[in-house]
Amino acid sequence: MLELKKVTWSAPEGTAVLRGIDLTIPDNKLVVITGPNGGGKTTLAKLIAGLEKPESGSILLDGQDITGLDITERAKLGVSYAFQQPVRFKGLTVSDLLELAAGRKLSEQAACGYLFKVGLCAKDYINREVNATLSGGEIKRIELATVLARHTRLSIFDEPEAGIDLWSFNNLIDVFKELQRSLNGSMIIISHQERILSIADEIVVISEGKITADGAADEVMPQLLGGDMSCEKCPKIEIQYYGGDN
Amino acid sequence: MNEITRELLKAVSDYHDGYADAYNIREDGCCVGRKSTENIKIDTKEDNPGLVIHIKPGTKGERVSIPACVTHGNVDDIVYNDFYVGEGADVLIIAGCGVHVETGEPARHNGIHRFFLEKGSHVVYQEKHVGRGRGLGIKSIDPVTEIYLGENSCLEMDSLQLGGVDRTLRKTSAVAEKGAKLIIRERILTDGDQQAKTEFDVEMNGEGSSVNLISRSVARGNSYQQYRSRIVGNAPCAGHSECDAIIADNGRVDAAPELTANDGDAALIHEAAIGKIAGEQIVKLRTLGLSEEEAEAKIVAGFLK
Repeated sequence: MLELKKVTWSAPEGTAVLRGIDLTIPDNKLVVITGPNGGGKTTLAKLIAGLEKPESGSILLDGQDITGLDITERAKLGVSYAFQQPVRFKGLTVSDLLELAAGRKLSEQAACGYLFKVGLCAKDYINREVNATLSGGEIKRIELATVLARHTRLSIFDEPEAGIDLWSFNNLIDVFKELQRSLNGSMIIISHQERILSIADEIVVISEGKITADGAADEVMPQLLGGDMSCEKCPKIEIQYYGGDN
Repeated sequence: MNEITRELLKAVSDYHDGYADAYNIREDGCCVGRKSTENIKIDTKEDNPGLVIHIKPGTKGERVSIPACVTHGNVDDIVYNDFYVGEGADVLIIAGCGVHVETGEPARHNGIHRFFLEKGSHVVYQEKHVGRGRGLGIKSIDPVTEIYLGENSCLEMDSLQLGGVDRTLRKTSAVAEKGAKLIIRERILTDGDQQAKTEFDVEMNGEGSSVNLISRSVARGNSYQQYRSRIVGNAPCAGHSECDAIIADNGRVDAAPELTANDGDAALIHEAAIGKIAGEQIVKLRTLGLSEEEAEAKIVAGFLK
């Protein structure tokens, strides 16, 4: 279980981004964090993974206070983080990155298995460098594969759908459904995508640095999609985040 | 052959208590072992110190190793090796060089290699350089490589120098005829007060010829590296050069690529990037459980792989 208690964080120029987050992520649940752009979702993910340190408040993983631990220490405790904009490396291959993620030498079959799960044909990618020749969608899927290879007790995916084409998106949903079935810990996805929201067990809405809704997906989802006002003949409207600025 | 040579051979070439195919071992300016095969003939050069190596047309899957070692200070070795690669041959040439110094006296190896590739031949040329020993004598390796690519021939040059060499001046030039292809991958790591200068000069004279020149370097400590490349397209051809450098500590890198298109259908591209290891790369690897030092080492090792 992951717990955030009264967590605050401000941008370097002083703007308050997170204004007191109290949040519990239970085990064996897929929790989707959503909310308007600029609301603090990615910052929250970075605070959990240790890329940023909170100004105040604390973060507990399975009861252990990890607030003071750095990125490496948290990774070793089982925190995995899939970047919204994956990093490229000249020289490191897909296979190198998967082995670093797994923390061990991988058989070709195992490495290919992770790539297959994210919709990539392994033989085309396994020895490719993780460099600028990969498209946005390809590198995004490789990023997801590194988190799958880690298979840790807490996985955070920051907007996994960004940069992935519609055709691959179905695959992605299947990957998360599969992860959800085999969960041995907690999983957080940051997303605006209705189809990702639809597979969530719980939904948390963050807007203007605060949690404005937090509960079972079937309770929060109707509010986001316009609640009682819509019927099946209504045109789809944009997700509404109460308390947000759009 | 002395023990230092044996160790250097393991570091710079495919030596495993001997060589399976054709070879010539040069130690402190002298030949200490040679074997020719039916298809690869190694002879002593008559006008200069060095070798003349003839590879028969159609030779496939064979290799020739011609390592050179300097095992003590106060040696200034220069060698001229010419390779004649027959039509349709497909071979591997390994030319490593190691310099070992235990005293304050300098030691230098200067290997001048010329390659003449006939029609349709293919050569993979591997060149690995190391400097060893506790002596303060300056260790220098100054290779000169001249490549003549006949019609539809291809040479892939893989050049590696990962530390220990105090000074290096590497000059590589090539002329490519119709349909010929040149691929060069160079990787250099310098540290301390080391200096490495590398110069490439490639002329594409034949239609459909191409060059792909990839240089990756890491300059640490107070070391200095200089990169110069000149790619000239005199025919419809394709040239690409890429110079990437990671700098750390007080390392300095100076890169100056030059492209000249003398034909309307010459397509020439250069890419260059010099900078520290990107902070986000270290962060990504730390999220996989590596420490900052481990992450840097992996990034550098991958970059120079």
